[in-house]
Amino acid sequence: MSETASLAAAQAPQIELQTTRKSASWWQKFRRHRLALTGMVLIGILAILSIFGPFFLKFGPNEIDLMSFRTAPSSTHLLGTDAAGRDVLARLFHAGRVSLSVGLVAVGIYVAIGVVLGGVSGYVGGWVDSLIMRFADMVLSFPAIIVIITLVSILGPSIFNVMLVIGLLGWPPITRLVRGEFLSLRERDFVIASKSTGAPDLRIIFRHILPNALTPVIVNATFGMAQAILLEAALSFLGLGVQPPTASWGNMLNAAQSITVLEEMPWLWLPPGLMIVLSVLSINFVGDGLRDALDPRTRV
Amino acid sequence: MGRYLLRRVAISIPVLIGITMATYLIANLAPGDPVAALLNPEQIANLGPGWVEEQKESLGLNDPLPVRYLLWLKETATGNLGFSSTDRLPVSEKIGDRLWPTVKLMTTVLIVSVLVGIPLGVISALKQYSFIDYLLTIGGFVTVSIPSFFLALVLIYIFSLKLDWLPVSGMYTLGQARSLGDSIQHMILPALVLGLAQSAPLIRYTRASLLETIKQDYVTVARAKGVSNAVVITRHALRNALIPIITIVALDIPRLLGGTIVIEQVFAWPGMGTLAITAVQSRDYNLLMGINLIVASMILASNLIADALYAFADPRIKYS
Repeated sequence: MSETASLAAAQAPQIELQTTRKSASWWQKFRRHRLALTGMVLIGILAILSIFGPFFLKFGPNEIDLMSFRTAPSSTHLLGTDAAGRDVLARLFHAGRVSLSVGLVAVGIYVAIGVVLGGVSGYVGGWVDSLIMRFADMVLSFPAIIVIITLVSILGPSIFNVMLVIGLLGWPPITRLVRGEFLSLRERDFVIASKSTGAPDLRIIFRHILPNALTPVIVNATFGMAQAILLEAALSFLGLGVQPPTASWGNMLNAAQSITVLEEMPWLWLPPGLMIVLSVLSINFVGDGLRDALDPRTRV
Repeated sequence: MGRYLLRRVAISIPVLIGITMATYLIANLAPGDPVAALLNPEQIANLGPGWVEEQKESLGLNDPLPVRYLLWLKETATGNLGFSSTDRLPVSEKIGDRLWPTVKLMTTVLIVSVLVGIPLGVISALKQYSFIDYLLTIGGFVTVSIPSFFLALVLIYIFSLKLDWLPVSGMYTLGQARSLGDSIQHMILPALVLGLAQSAPLIRYTRASLLETIKQDYVTVARAKGVSNAVVITRHALRNALIPIITIVALDIPRLLGGTIVIEQVFAWPGMGTLAITAVQSRDYNLLMGINLIVASMILASNLIADALYAFADPRIKYS
């Protein structure tokens, strides 16, 4: 008798009270995704380098060193100099600011447009919905580069036009997503309850439906930012985006179109290219992690 | 199926008209005189502004925008896309010269991406969660994150400059007679760069589609009947899994077109992409609008082909 009692007593402390939470917070799910964490750390480092790095550098991005044109990396110029004698490392960091901010602003623009249009489309329905969806289909069926090239030829190449144009073309997927969410959420009980208590439409949209609809938008916007950075790089490479002397990773790669540079001066084009790959890759990893983390179907 | 296709064509026509309207509107927004642009510049130079005014009146080119649009539409339908403002050549001629290189490149890229993407996708699905699957997934991520022109530059650096295996740029070697071997050599790098980029999403879609199909009941029945795994996969699962892939490949053609523009620039490929870039840089709006129109038509055509292929491959569509 006493044996079993002491056995029970011995075992009792080992039985822990486990609070099983059915769906853990998205942060916990995100944490398990190793690639996403790596991505987050990486893009964090790149962002910090781009924003704060220039303060620690000896040279400015447009400072011309008359003694060195296209020189290889040395102790003074850690990544060498370009054809105009400017320090490549400084240009690299400043270009980071440009490329990353283009990504952010462009995505910001089209998320704003997309959420508004999608919300209106999903909530109001009817011919407004059909009209917006037709319009979205038309914009979607065109390859972005072609439209952007045409618009840039009329508006002129500049960093703002690039942001604007990417923003004006990227909203259809967001609109579709938001509309879909609105359509399904509109019929849910909590919305019907709000309506029946007399809440005005606008309040219902902003306070109840929108927060729930934003989840897939966040994932889409993250991938969208990666796409925007690639698009800006391509445009600047073609000479239709950020104009020199402002540095952008894309227009730094433009120098490599000359065989001499390509073959003999890798320090001019490898760093910006690698920067693009690293930032886009890390943002894609983060997006993938967010997608898994915010997916309501998976549980920890 | 005929009726289904007719319906799809009927829907495409308003879209085409919408595109022409948008193009014409943008052309009018651009600086320069879109009205005189339809007239042969040599005649303008020779006969002076008075003649231009006469022509404008007689052709009704001073009329309001909608009328001018219809006139422009008529001209375009008969093949007169205007004249390039840089070298006075007819736009249709300039585009015509460049059409074949672009089409050739795009077709090769499509073939490469399908030949690489679909088998790898199948392997990825059959060996789900294995090391190969994981490798292909990561590989897919990396491929999608590399800008195509950077990959092109790296490959040119390795294979053309350092190893000297392949030519650096262009479609043919200058001065030599055109030969198939030479043509292929020039095509390898551009097709490889774009083909790899296009195959990455294809791998994911094929993998997802095949995994979906394998879960279907009829596959379980086939297995229960004792059919060998290989036959189940190839004869039953694969065929059905590939149906949506067809549409995806066809619908991806617009994106392919966009990618081609950048790659043509890197490889100095004499296609429509480089023509478009030149047109932008020299503000040649006629040429740009002509290219836009051709591209829009190509995209519409590819969408139609996608629909037709899908209807052809999936018998269920005919009855819907």
